[in-house]
This record gives sequence, structure tokens and C-alpha cells, in this order.
Amino acid sequence: MKIAIASGKGGTGKTMVAVNLAVLAAEAGQQVVFADCDVEEPNAHVFLPTVWEREDKALLPIPRFDQNRCLGESCRACLDLCRFKALIRMAGEIMLFPEMCHGCGLCKLACPAGAVADDVRELGVVRQGVSGGIRMAGGLSRVGEAMSTPLIKAVKQSANDAPLQIWDCPPGTACPVIAAVSGADYVILVAEPTAFGLHDLNLAVELVRALGLPHGVVINRDGMGDDRVLSYLEREGIALLGRIPGSLEAARASARGGLLVRTFPEIRAVLETVLATVQERIRASAGQGEAACAR
Amino acid sequence: MREIVVLSGKGGTGKTSVTAALAVCAAKSELPGGPPVLADCDVDAADLHLVLAPAVLERHEFIGGDKAAIDAAVCQSCGLCREACRFGAIDEAFQVVEASCEGCGVCAYVCPAGAATLGPRMSGDWFLSETRAGIMVHAALRMGEENSGKLVSTVKKAARAEAERLGRDILLVDGSPGIGCPVIASLGGASTVLMVAEPTLSAVHDLKRVHALARHFGIPCAAILNKADLCPELTRELAAFCGESGIAVLGELPYDPAFVAAQLAGQSVAEYAPERYEGLFSEIWRRLAAS
Repeated sequence: MKIAIASGKGGTGKTMVAVNLAVLAAEAGQQVVFADCDVEEPNAHVFLPTVWEREDKALLPIPRFDQNRCLGESCRACLDLCRFKALIRMAGEIMLFPEMCHGCGLCKLACPAGAVADDVRELGVVRQGVSGGIRMAGGLSRVGEAMSTPLIKAVKQSANDAPLQIWDCPPGTACPVIAAVSGADYVILVAEPTAFGLHDLNLAVELVRALGLPHGVVINRDGMGDDRVLSYLEREGIALLGRIPGSLEAARASARGGLLVRTFPEIRAVLETVLATVQERIRASAGQGEAACAR
Repeated sequence: MREIVVLSGKGGTGKTSVTAALAVCAAKSELPGGPPVLADCDVDAADLHLVLAPAVLERHEFIGGDKAAIDAAVCQSCGLCREACRFGAIDEAFQVVEASCEGCGVCAYVCPAGAATLGPRMSGDWFLSETRAGIMVHAALRMGEENSGKLVSTVKKAARAEAERLGRDILLVDGSPGIGCPVIASLGGASTVLMVAEPTLSAVHDLKRVHALARHFGIPCAAILNKADLCPELTRELAAFCGESGIAVLGELPYDPAFVAAQLAGQSVAEYAPERYEGLFSEIWRRLAAS
């Protein structure tokens, strides 16, 4: 069971919802793996202090050029084919801008002289550890590295065998979010009842609809804004999974890394319902799938 | 030309609210160089337009790169393209999975039948607009698209051209959360990073990564401490970090429901509660413009 927590807008409470759901599941005796898929700004460890037991470098294959084998001025095969402007010829030698390279391997395929060998660029690290009864997977991109999707995929792969997975996704709607939510059984979108919150929720809904992923919405900081998000959900027929009441006390506790399900019974109750509803929906749709197969 | 880029690492700390308030106050100020040209570089979840209500003057399509297509009528299902594609972008039926395709051209290169071809990828739109706070360049990335970095660079380039045309000295750029592709693109040519910090453990962690990124590119930083009274001991920690790191703290803002109320009213907080915020943001702008 793979549950992704996403939002469109940053700062709506994705990580808060994700860590508290993981704690509830673990307390109920479920084996849970938490995958922090926000590799640029991972924060789950703030709430779930983690002992990292294993750390591996995430590497992108990039080319290395053997200038002695290169045919020189008579050939431009790699220069002409690279679509990422990662190669230039300077002083007769092929030079690579490693940060521009996507690691597609076309230059190696195309080189008639076999002058292209393999090298790697470090994207960051992928790590695994534990926080109490919760297994943790996460990544940390290298400062200055623009590509994060291979790292996100590596984090998810490291959690791949667990029966219950909670994926905390990055904000936005671009390629890192696609990499993070793809393959989820259910996406919980966390929204706040503000103008920015509604606008970006709409984008996130379009995204999960395009990907064909089952989804529902948790409204966080309920009461701080207006009810435009509620009427939007109603109009669009989107499931409202729960409303987490906004309070200064909860904001303060979260700011310090506190787990709200431990100190705010009313928030615990909301999130227990959210977890039960989502798991029930996943089971129901898996059951439907099996029934369809049997027929 | 000077470029001030508003960043935070963590989302939701108040980048766009701060940018909007600064823009409105800067437009009224009589500092030399005139008001800044605005650029919303949070292209995959842009919100500045919700406050500044731009009237679009020009709309341009953005081609983010290429994407592959495989002609099923010509494809011989030999499997060479699937084997060579490093992005897992060709499915078992030999169709291109658009969300995974990076447009590298490997499939077209290896296809013996000429079934795989590359074509332009419409990845979004960008706009040149007029607002009550001056000229603004903004964009909308189509959902799930690649190349948000390239769209950010396109927005900045257009904003610079507009500033030159109007004889303006400063760009004010609203950035994305994170420290990846779009953020790195928004830092190209930046003269100052204005960090909007909030006193939460998550935001402190994330801000340090943004600061490391700015240092990586050699760009000086300034900071605004937002929601300062939410957690005073973390605000002190933030202030201490700024002090040690040579980051000028330009102002503190309270945790104030007026920020959300302003947003819902389609105003910047400097317009919604001018008695509290107009002077404050004007002074922050004066210090930024002089830095």
C-alpha cells in the first residue's frame, strides 16, 4: 500500500500530515516505511529523529572523452547530436559541461571511434535508517545539483518491498512531483484554505487526474481562511478526507518538530479517520481489481 | 542591472506575500532607478498574479525542448529503442511515456525503421503583463513538464529586456521552493538573494541549504524573519545564524492573520493593513535597493 502526500503549494503541511500518519500506522502495529521524496529540502527527520544506518551515493552516468581516440575536427557526431548543450570543442578537445548532461548516452552510441567511456556525476545521497518503529528512506541532493528525479526514484526503490509506504512528496507540479507520486495507490493532497492554497490545489488536482491516480484532500489550518476550497471540492466531486483545525498552539508545536497526534486529541482523531478512509479505499479498489480479474 | 531573488528553501514561509508587498511599496517609492520590473519565477505553482492581478499585454508559447514520438505504423517492435533509452520512457507497446521522456534523441538515433522522431514540446506559456505595481513577467508551466529551469531563464531574460527598455535598474524575482532546477535557474545573474525565513525547525534546516546554494554561486544574502513571534527561540537561532553568516537581517514580521486576509482580498499586506506594513516594507525596500 503506497500512500503519497502532495500539495502543489509549499508549506501547506505535507510533512506534518505524512509523519503523523506514519506514527498512527506504526502505533496500530502496521509495518511502515516512510520515504521522504523531497530530496532538495527533506524535513521528515525533524519530526521523526532518524538514525541513518546506510548511505549510498546516487550517481548519474555521464560520458568521459578519450581525446587520443577522438577523430578531431573531421567528426562532429557527438557535438551535433547532444540536445542539452553539454558538449563543446575547445582547443581541439571535446569538453563536457557535466551539470548540463542528462546522462542519455547518445554521445557514446554515436561516437564512431569509441572515444566515449563512462564516468559518473554525484547527484546526492540515498539513505536508510530507523526512527522508533518506523523504517526511514530518504535522499539529500548535492547543493548545486539541478537534477533531482533520479534521486527521488532511487529513494522510492529503496522502500520498494514494504507493505505500507508513506511517500512525502516535494511541492510544485513539475517533474520531481511526477517522479514522486507515480505508482502511488492513493494521493493525499494537503491544502490550506487561502487564495494561494486553492490555486495551487487546483494545479495538483489536474496533475493527479492526468496521471490517473486516486486522490482526496485534507484541509490543513482549517478556519484560517475562507470556504473557497470547500466549495471547489464539492463542485469538482473530490473527496474531502478531513479538516485539521488551525491553531496557534498546533503551529507552535509543529514548528519545534512536535508530533501533533501525540498532543492534540482532536487532530489525532481527524488523522485516524484519514488513515482508515484511505486504507479502506485502497483495499476496496484492489478488491475490485481482483474481482474483475476473476471474471 | 541588479537582480533580487526571493527564496526560502521551504515552501509557505511567505515568499510571495513578501514579494507582493515589496513590489507595491517599491512602485510608490521615489528611489533612483525607478520601480523594479517583476518576475514570477515560481513557474510550476505561480501565485504572485493572484495578488497583483496582471493585465496580460503579450502571451508567448514556451517550447521546453523536444519529445519523442513513435509511429506505430512504421515501428517493427525490434526493441532497440527500449533497450537504449535510459529514462524508461518507452513502454511495452513501444509508445513514448511523455512524463519520462527527456527528449534526448537516443530512440530516433537507434531506430532502424525511422519510426521514432523528435518534435517540439509545448511546455507552457509566458506572459508580459502590466500590474498596479508595474511591469511583470510571469509564466505557467504545463503540469508535469520538464524544463522548469529553462522557463525560469526565459522569464528572467524577458524581464531583463523589459527593464532595459524602460531604463529600470532592478529586477525583483519571486522564486520557487527547494534548491533544485528552477531555483538554480533563478540565480543566474542574481545580485542578492532575499531569504524569507520562518522560525520552524524545518524552515531553519531548509534555509541553511539555500544559503549554501547562494554561497556555491557566490551571491550575497539578506533575510526577512517572518512569523517571528511564532517561536521566539527559533527566531533568535535564525538571527544568530544570519549574524554568523554575514546575512543582513532587513526586518522582522509578526505571525499575523492579516497576511491571509490580504491574500483572500487580492491585496498585498501593505495595501490591506497599510498602517502596520506600508512603512515597514518601504523601509525594507529602501535598504534592499541600496544594498
